[in-house]
Amino acid sequence: MLIQIHEPGATPVPHEGDKRLAVGIDLGTTNSVVAISAGNKPEVIRDGQGRALIPSVVAYAPDGTVTVGEEARRERLDNPERVVSSVKRLMGRGVADVKKLAGTLPFEVAPPESGESAMVRLKVSGRRLTPVEISAEILKSLKHQAEAALGHEVSRAVVTVPAYFDDAARGATKDAARLAGLEVLRLVNEPTAAALAYGLDRGAEGLYAVYDLGGGTFDVSLLRLEKGVFQVLATGGDSALGGDDFDHAVAERFLAERAGVLGMQTLSPAEVASALVTARLAKECLSTQHKDGEWRIEVAGEGSRHRLDRAGLENLIAPFVDRTIAICRGVLEDAALSPAEITGVVLVGGSTRIPLVRRKVAELFGHEPLADIDPDEVVALGAALQAEALTAGSDTLLLDVIPLSLGIETMGGIVEKIIPRNTPIPVSKAQEFTTYQDGQAAMMIHVVQGERELADENRSLARFELHGIPPMTAGAARIRVTFAIDADGLLTVSADEKTTGVAQRVEVKPSYGLSEDDMARMLRDSLEHAQDDMLRRLLIESRVDAKRAVNAVQSALKADGDLLDSSERAAVTGAVAKVEAAMKGEDREAIEQAVESLEHATLSFAERRMDRGIRKALAGHKLAEFEEPGGEDATKDRAAR
Amino acid sequence: MGVMAEPQIIGNKEQLSPCWSCKGPVARASLFCETCGAIQPPGAADHFQRLGLARDFALDGDELSRRYLALQSRLHPDRFASKTAKERAASLAQATALNDAYRTLRDPVTRAACLLQLAGATAPTEESGTVSDPELLMESLERREELSSAESPAEVQNIAARAESDAKNCVTALAAAFAANDLAEAARLATRLKYLGKLGEECRARLARIRESAPC
Repeated sequence: MLIQIHEPGATPVPHEGDKRLAVGIDLGTTNSVVAISAGNKPEVIRDGQGRALIPSVVAYAPDGTVTVGEEARRERLDNPERVVSSVKRLMGRGVADVKKLAGTLPFEVAPPESGESAMVRLKVSGRRLTPVEISAEILKSLKHQAEAALGHEVSRAVVTVPAYFDDAARGATKDAARLAGLEVLRLVNEPTAAALAYGLDRGAEGLYAVYDLGGGTFDVSLLRLEKGVFQVLATGGDSALGGDDFDHAVAERFLAERAGVLGMQTLSPAEVASALVTARLAKECLSTQHKDGEWRIEVAGEGSRHRLDRAGLENLIAPFVDRTIAICRGVLEDAALSPAEITGVVLVGGSTRIPLVRRKVAELFGHEPLADIDPDEVVALGAALQAEALTAGSDTLLLDVIPLSLGIETMGGIVEKIIPRNTPIPVSKAQEFTTYQDGQAAMMIHVVQGERELADENRSLARFELHGIPPMTAGAARIRVTFAIDADGLLTVSADEKTTGVAQRVEVKPSYGLSEDDMARMLRDSLEHAQDDMLRRLLIESRVDAKRAVNAVQSALKADGDLLDSSERAAVTGAVAKVEAAMKGEDREAIEQAVESLEHATLSFAERRMDRGIRKALAGHKLAEFEEPGGEDATKDRAAR
Repeated sequence: MGVMAEPQIIGNKEQLSPCWSCKGPVARASLFCETCGAIQPPGAADHFQRLGLARDFALDGDELSRRYLALQSRLHPDRFASKTAKERAASLAQATALNDAYRTLRDPVTRAACLLQLAGATAPTEESGTVSDPELLMESLERREELSSAESPAEVQNIAARAESDAKNCVTALAAAFAANDLAEAARLATRLKYLGKLGEECRARLARIRESAPC
């Protein structure tokens, strides 16, 4: 199947088959990209001006208008207080985390008010916004861009996240997509998506390292590629290290020079913003054709000139690049591999265009890295391939790991690891707890993620209280808490008391996530057709289940239809027809009722099938035991298998 | 020991339960319904049964990986992204159980512990537990002291290399102990293997510290 990408504005004929297609989205710190794949051929989707890279920048005008992308980025020079960039660095973060980044953020942060989750809020154009809402604007814009190009609605996506993203940041990303009206089919790790794009493209086999240095995050993953299976062996990184740091290092140098030349004590936000833009230009320029150059910063009529050559740039950024190399060594050790065992290295992320980065990576692995797929687009292309695999089916398989250990705080603030890092996901582990006081009815559990020994030094994911423990003497209760991580790398917690069998669903309120109430309010506030969207999703779900029920009964009729007489058979096929008729309509309740009636109509059929199954099994048993020909049924049964 | 199970269908075939989807008979612990093809929730099975392997300590690592990948290719949630919520839940549970089995059997320490537990013997001591074997206790004290006084990377690497070769011998001895059904010896060796693994980790940490403090 070929997909057509239309010029925006052209009205294509809607194609029913296309509606099942889902897009792949690389939601980046600096730029975002959306892509789509059909027949294992992924393509990026360009905007009206033919651009694939959409700056992850959002501008909020005083009248409430929101713009995203290049336009918003230009706005930053004139009205920095209205513009948010690099919001990905704040996903799933609290105020305390953000303080560590203080000075590097070009916007003001506000603490959460009482009753709100600990998620940080940004003050933009007089509004208080969460990073989730801001990311949702970027995703909405990508969704519209894809819809304009494809000529139909896009409601499902695979969204990529840095492998090193913790649970809070992953949850925040999924929430942002939901807010943008996108159902996330899967969160895929960026290096894994890149490997998918490379692996499928070149039929690569062996051990591969993916070095992904983007604007704000660094990731490295080691994968085994074998016959269409992409198995992540180990992963590591730093969720606050990237090309932005290079820009800041250069900008700091420029600003220091400027302050010296112009005799300034304080710098205005406009000067900082201007220096950052200039620094980025200088970095890009020195990373491509030029060996040196001069740049000019002019704010409020005062200009300053700044010289920088490639060696100067490399001096400024070397400490950051060295940190990425040290992280690579650690990941190799985690996987018990030496650099010589690596078959190839894939470069991802715009920052890998910098010659110093390429040199250091080549030095470590002893290979010239692969970079022939555009490093800015490769992640989105991989995401699109995975989106196709999830909707249209595929022979390839991604097996990923949990990037950071998951643990709980025990006595004295020490962390007890429950699931160590690099464990393949999905994974589930149970831990037993007991009470330390007679009659203790509640218990506090603090879940953290990270590698440090003290709970305070790791990321706090959630604190929750287990209530309703039956009164018992200290140490007698047996509370089993299960930590489950799904294929998206997201955690859910459940608990039950074992001695009495009292099961309890624990509501884990993530420390830095959005509560369901927050989410409901934001959906109401922001999304045009939130209600319609949800109802339609439920309708689709019920149709999928109805189809499943019809297939199940038809399979059963084919296998054991002889158990029914003609009138019984007519009753069953009648019920099937009713489900099929209901599926054509839009009434969800009618579909669900028809499915229920079908289940009812097949009850006695199901009983007879079970009886037959048991008879056959017993006959087979005798056959095996006595090595004699069994009854006719048993022989038929054997032949059928 | 050495009960061979079929790779696809695990557990006793005669134990039938109704398929959640078509309600027809499904052998317990089957992965899929033979009639309607619906994925089934994971049944009770030990880790060896889940991977269709003989309950034996000596196992071929490549064969383990091959079976794991083949099963995961059919059971992973990515295969059920467009299916009903029930099928997605069953796939998640299956993939989780399979990962657990694979992880446990891949590491000789946890594989030994699993076999000991299946045989009703005591597993190696937990992190918090104490080592009761005086010989091992002595050895562990000596080597830790050696490690803490090691100053150069070469010294640490020496200790690590010795721990690694001891671990290799320990795995061979474990296979022999299980083959001879000597569970007490197997338990003792499993504890020693666990300790050797930890020593290796400590060597790595020590090495990282030495390298960090060394001027570049």
